[in-house]
Formats: sequence, C-alpha cells, structure tokens
Amino acid sequence: MTEHGTGVPNVNEDAAVIAGRERMSEQVVRTGAFGTETTGDTSGYGGLRVRKQPPLSSEPPYGSYFDEVADTLAGALEQSGAGFGDAIERVVAAHGELTFYVRREHLVEVARKLRDDPALAFEMCLGVSGTHYPADAGSELHGVYHLLSISRNRRLRLEVTAPDADPHVPSLVDVYPTCDWHERETWDFFGLVFDGHPALTRIEMPDDWKGHPQRKDYPLGGIPVEYRGATVPPPDERRSYA
Amino acid sequence: MSTAGNTETEGRVYNVGGQDWDEIVAAADDGADSTRDERLIVNMGPQHPSTHGVLRLVLTLDGETVTELRPVVGYLHTGIEKNMEFRTWTQGVAFCTRMDYLSPLFNETAYCLATERLLGITDQIPERASVLRVLMMELNRISSHLTAVGTFGLEVGATTVFLYGMREREKVLDLFELISGLRMNHAYIRPGGVSQDLPSGALEKLREFLGVMPGQLDELRKLLDVNPIYLRRTRDIAYLDLAGCMALGVTGPILRSTGLPWDLRKSQPYCGYETYDFDVPTQESCDAYGRYLVRMDEIDQSLRIIEQCVDRLAAPRPPDDPVMIGNAKIGWPAQLAVGPDGLGNSADHIAHIMSQSMEALIHHFKLVTEGFRVPAGQVYAAVESPRGELGCHAVSDGGTRPYRVHFRDPSFTNLQSVSVMCEGGMVADVISAVASIDPVMGGVDR
Amino acid sequence: MGLEEKLPSGVLLTSVEKLAGYARKSSVWPATFGLACCAIELMATGGPRHDLARFGMERASNTPRQADLMIVAGRVSQKMAPVLRQIYDQMADPKWVISMGVCASSGGMFNNYAIVQGVDHIVPVDIYLPGCPPRPEMLIDAIVKLHDRIQNMKLGVNRDRQITELEQARLRRLPLLPGLEGPAHHAHGAHGALAPQAGAEQ
Repeated sequence: MTEHGTGVPNVNEDAAVIAGRERMSEQVVRTGAFGTETTGDTSGYGGLRVRKQPPLSSEPPYGSYFDEVADTLAGALEQSGAGFGDAIERVVAAHGELTFYVRREHLVEVARKLRDDPALAFEMCLGVSGTHYPADAGSELHGVYHLLSISRNRRLRLEVTAPDADPHVPSLVDVYPTCDWHERETWDFFGLVFDGHPALTRIEMPDDWKGHPQRKDYPLGGIPVEYRGATVPPPDERRSYA
Repeated sequence: MSTAGNTETEGRVYNVGGQDWDEIVAAADDGADSTRDERLIVNMGPQHPSTHGVLRLVLTLDGETVTELRPVVGYLHTGIEKNMEFRTWTQGVAFCTRMDYLSPLFNETAYCLATERLLGITDQIPERASVLRVLMMELNRISSHLTAVGTFGLEVGATTVFLYGMREREKVLDLFELISGLRMNHAYIRPGGVSQDLPSGALEKLREFLGVMPGQLDELRKLLDVNPIYLRRTRDIAYLDLAGCMALGVTGPILRSTGLPWDLRKSQPYCGYETYDFDVPTQESCDAYGRYLVRMDEIDQSLRIIEQCVDRLAAPRPPDDPVMIGNAKIGWPAQLAVGPDGLGNSADHIAHIMSQSMEALIHHFKLVTEGFRVPAGQVYAAVESPRGELGCHAVSDGGTRPYRVHFRDPSFTNLQSVSVMCEGGMVADVISAVASIDPVMGGVDR
Repeated sequence: MGLEEKLPSGVLLTSVEKLAGYARKSSVWPATFGLACCAIELMATGGPRHDLARFGMERASNTPRQADLMIVAGRVSQKMAPVLRQIYDQMADPKWVISMGVCASSGGMFNNYAIVQGVDHIVPVDIYLPGCPPRPEMLIDAIVKLHDRIQNMKLGVNRDRQITELEQARLRRLPLLPGLEGPAHHAHGAHGALAPQAGAEQ
C-alpha cells in the first residue's frame, strides 16, 4: 500500500485506511436508500453510493478443524498433480464455517479427494444450489455445495463460479449421486449447465418454461392487486425502504 | 390415435386419446414385432390419493413388476426462495414456514438459526426462547410422524390408522393453537427468539397431553406393530441400505433405519439440545417397517423431551425472562397480547412507544418498515426435521432483505431414492415406498 | 335429458327441485384436489373431530368421474394448472368447486411467477374460502353454504329463467367506484349512471 502519489510504502497506515482504499476502488452496486436515487431529495440519501465488498479471503490459520482439512486436502492435491493453490482460488473461514472457492476445472478432482481420502471422509453431499451475483463481472453464477462428514462430524462448503457468458460447471453426479436432482434444480433456476450430468432437464418449472426464474434479472412476476379501487403493485415494484 | 411408425423409440408408440380401444387392438394386432415386449407405461398422476401429495410417478411395468420409475416433481413449486428476496428477514419466516407444511416450525428454526448466525447473536438468544423452540419443534415432530403413519395407513387402505393418527394430531394442534395462535404455518419462531411467551394454562394443558399420549400411542402400536397385513406390506419393502443412503444423500428416519444413529440433535446440537436427555432410535432392517418403528420410537423420545421442556418452563422464573432478544434493533417490537380485536401489539407496548420512549418508537418503526440489517456473508444452518436434515443456506449482502435463501429440503433429496427403492419390486410396493419416505411436496418443490 | 327438463314451471317442478336438491346435497362426493397446507386441514376435516362423514362426504372419490365437488385445497402452480383443468373437465355435471384457502382463491401470499393468481382463472368457482389455511370449522361452514345452494338449485325451465335474470342483474349493476365500470356498461349505453359526473363539472 503506497501513500497517495508516491511509490513509497507507508508502514504507518492502519488497517482501516487500507480497507477504505480497497473499498473505494470497487464498483458501485447500489445507489441511494429509502427510495431516493438522485440528489433531488434533501435527506441526502440520494447521494449514497454503496460499493461492492471486496471478496472475503481468510489467511491461515483458520481455526478449529479447518486447518486440518485444508492441509490434508493440500497434501492430497499435491500428490495428484494439481496443487492446492491451483485448485482452490480462495478460502473463507467465517461464522464458524469453512468455504473453499474451487476453480471449476478442478471441481471433480477436489470432490473425489474429499470423499475418498480417509482423513477427510466427506461421505455425504447435501446438494448444490446456485446464487447469482450480477455485480461480479466474470463470475456471476456461483454453485454452492455443502459437504458433510458423518464419521468426523464436520461440514465444508465448496463454491465454484462461472461467468454468465460461459455458464458451465462439471457435474458431480459421478462422485456424489445425490447431486442429480440438485443440479437439475440449479440448472432450472439459474441456467448453470452441469457438464456430464446424465439428464439435465427442468425439474421444478414446466418443461417448456422460458428463462431461469431465480436469477436476479428475472422479475418476480407478480400482478398488481386491486381492492376497492386501490391498487397495490407486486412486491418487486413497491416502494422499498431498504 | 396415431400408429404411424415412430420407430426411433423401441417398439411402436401408440398415442391413446379415448374412445378408440378397437383401433388400438387392431393396430397392436397389425404390429409385426416378434420381440414385442409387454411393457406398459403407467402414469400415477399428480392427482392421486396415494402419492402423498402432488407427485407424479411414471412407471414402466412388466406385468406387475416395476422396471423403471421416474418421479416428476415441481407441481407445487411456489418460488418461495425468490419471494423471500423481496421481504425483510422477519417476514421471511412467514414464507419459509409454508414450504414443508407438515413441519413448519422446523423450517422456521432453520431459517432463524441461519439469520442469527449471520447476525452473530446466537448466544444472545434468551434461554426461555430456546426452550420454547425445542418444545414446539418436538410437538411438531410428533404431529408430523403421526401424519406420516396415518397417511401410510390411508394409502395402503387402512382408514382406521388414519383416523387414529388424525385424532392424536388434533391434540397437538390444540396445543399449537394455544401457544402460537395458529394450528399450522405458525410464524412463531422469529429471528431473535419466539413471538410470544406461553399463555396461562399452557403448562397444565401440556402436562395433560403428556399424560394422555402414551396410552393413545399404545393403541396405535397395538393396531400396527404385529399386524400381519401391515407386516406383509412393509417388511422387506423399499430396501435402501447404508451405502445407498450415503450415495443418495438420504438422512432422517430412512438413514436411521439402516442402523446408523446419525441425528443432528446429538451430533451438531442447536437450541440447547445437548442439555436434554433422549435417545436416537435406530433399526437394522433398512425397510419400510424399520422406518415405521423408528418413527414411533421417535415420538416416544419427543414426549420425553417435551416433559423436560415443561419442567424447565414451570421452574421459578428470574425477574427478567424474555422470549425475544433484548437488542431492540433486532427483536420484534412487541410482546403480543390478545386484545378485543384479536392478537396484536399489547396495549402496554403501544403506551410505551407512544408516550414514554421516543427511542422505542423509532426502533418499532424501523423494525416494521425497514427491518434489521444483517451483515454480509453466507451461512448454512441445519436442523433435524422429521424427514431428515433440513438446511438453510442464507446469503446476505448487508441489507434488510436476504440476498439469497436456499433450503436444503430433506424430502427433495430423499425422494430421489424412490426409484432405487422400487425398481424390481411390485406396483403396490411403490405406494409403501413413497409413504415410508414420507415426502412433503411443499418441501420438495418449494 | 331428465324428468326435470320436461316439466313446466309449477308445483310439480318445484317439488322435483326440492327432492333433487335434498338428494344431491346429502351425498356430495368430494374429488379432493389436495395440494398443499390446505390439504392437511382438509384431511383434518375428514378426521374424527370435525367429521365430514356426517354430511355424507367421507367417501372422497379418487376418480373425478364419480365426484361432485372439487375442493381445490392449496396453491396451484403453473405446472399444475393444466392438470387441474383436466380433472375438472373429467367431472360429470352437476359439479361444484370450492376454492379453499387464499392461495386457491387469489394466489394468496404468493404473488409471483409460479402460482396461478386464483383458480377462477382456470375453473369456475362456487365458493371462495379464505384462510391460510382455513380452520376445519371454516371449511365446514363453506360446505354447508354450498349445500344450501345445492338444495335451492333450480332445474329445467326455472333454471333457464334464473340464469337470464342473474345475467341481466349483473349487467345493470353499478360500478363500485366511478371510472371502474366494465365493458358491459358501455355496450348497453347505461350512461345514466355516469352522467352526473359530466353534468357536475360546470
């Protein structure tokens, strides 16, 4: 971190200033609050610009069993060729939970190691779900896998990202057959294509539905409700106090 | 009806519309397939008395044997998860409670635990609120298992079992109505605690319930446990062993019927479950009968836990014993009270915010209109619902509304195993298998 | 074509109406279209405490061909809507529909892409029953109201006359608020109801 204008690092800056500067370089994701968008409101909320949070990343040691899992996985991945750093983009340990952000090319390998390595033993996958972050250019679609180790009573989360332009992620049905329906559901709602899935078809929506409903760019689809002459707009078009 | 050669599929395809039986017979006689197999594709449609809700099963039958079973779900998809993105965190409870509608309090608890973990207030939840949560959840477990056993009987043709199950369930619903105000879909458990405390007379009614239930359950067990017809329909039916459960992600009574005593209340306790004394019943038979026994034993264990809850609730209370978190920026504003026009904000609270405390008025206003802000992050909180592991994956972007909520519903995952359980068996066993999985289609489809 | 179609309006037809109404309402067989949470309350209504059997309705006809009453209990999703219509079509006349719960009546709390906002978009509804879910007592109230309607249903020529009268009354009905009248008012030139506005703007 350098002082403004010079190339000399300043060791006297404290963490808050550094964090502030990082934050200011992120893009704006929300403007205004309480329904005001422009500066035409005397409250001043119109000028509010909320920037995207920089992606969370934890540094080792992570705490509790997380380090053991990370080290064992790193060892297993080193042995098979792809290193920990290649396969895992970033690690987050927050709220008592461990999340590995896995690069999609290595997803199947990482999952197989997690399931088969006796020291890791994540026997059960609790399914995959999607999240859509349209503000995250280049990694808009996230697939989130929750793993459970019954023998060691541990939990783990794997997260893969894919851009909207190329929404493909390898399928984990060969490793954890339970992901079958969950991947179908994630495809149905987000358009995330799981390569290698035996039959990726819609599961919740009708077969001929167009669009992927739980994406952020898909409207909620409600209708205005009329009662005794007054009309209440659907929930996504109402005045927002958020 | 068209008989034209759609010969890309195996064999001939006939589309049957109705009132064309003679055409079909003629066409079938014309068909020169020497290897004409006697397969029959039968649709157990979404509207069916025995498919436990709006589940569609497409069966390929060879005589009486099921060679292929394809479940089709989605007939009850409500978009609850997307709906919750447009409501505040507290309003989300009213939505998620309607997903798995036979165990609404478990949905609420999973969601509230996730929200509280994101807020970082898990250890600030009042103890009385946790005890009430456990009490309501165990009551819900009893009512859900009774419905499961009752509808199992109804689906295999034993209506008496259904009536017994409904009769006991009414007792539980009376208790729900007394404590939370509603028989179903309560929205009782909210982020920060529970919505209201026990009304007067509830403890007596609970003790009465605890006294009556064992006798009623005995009656039900006497009817079913060694009933030869029931045994013939459930013994060695719908077999799924431990390896199958692990591969398919199946949890709950099905997993416990394979012999593995995995119960989140014991292994990853929440809401103070580690302080209660109860066992995790298992069976070894991996079949529908084993699951029935596991459910009945779980009802007994739930009664044990409820007794312990009642003892704790009846104990002398300290002067300040809230049921909602004290932090006024999060806790839902009022102790609700029953007034002349029903349940609503108590008059004391209204007097407080209108004439005594400006700060309280502001908190009330902000909580009701805007809601509280939850710090950004993502969390997965799981509870042991009557059907298995019910998990809530909540993602917050720092705002007053969830950015994304996904519920890992046990019925959705458990229902995947129905093809594994049924293929190779007989048609009648499909009913038993689906009923022993006990899926609730609201949870499957959300 | 039954006896009731051939009788002229009079005492005989009225007696036939009363008898047919009594017979019909005493054994309405529901085709339970139990979908979601309301289905559980429907099952509870058939249970021992609130007993539907006292109305002759405990024989829930699993096949719509033998059913009289379709109780749409629960939220109807877009995927389920064609199935709902098909079941309704398979029922034989006379048939009635109760939409049980707010989700069936109007879409309920789920105002979104996945739920049909009221089954009256798909089937004609006789009784709307609000509630989320309605208590069994409320459902029984709705069923009793429906029984009254069935009892008083007119037949033959009386029914044709009643239909015509209802249609004309509906067309003559004043709008709830000025400016909200439907197309019928324009078509019939019933501008008398609207004239005061034009005249008042002096």
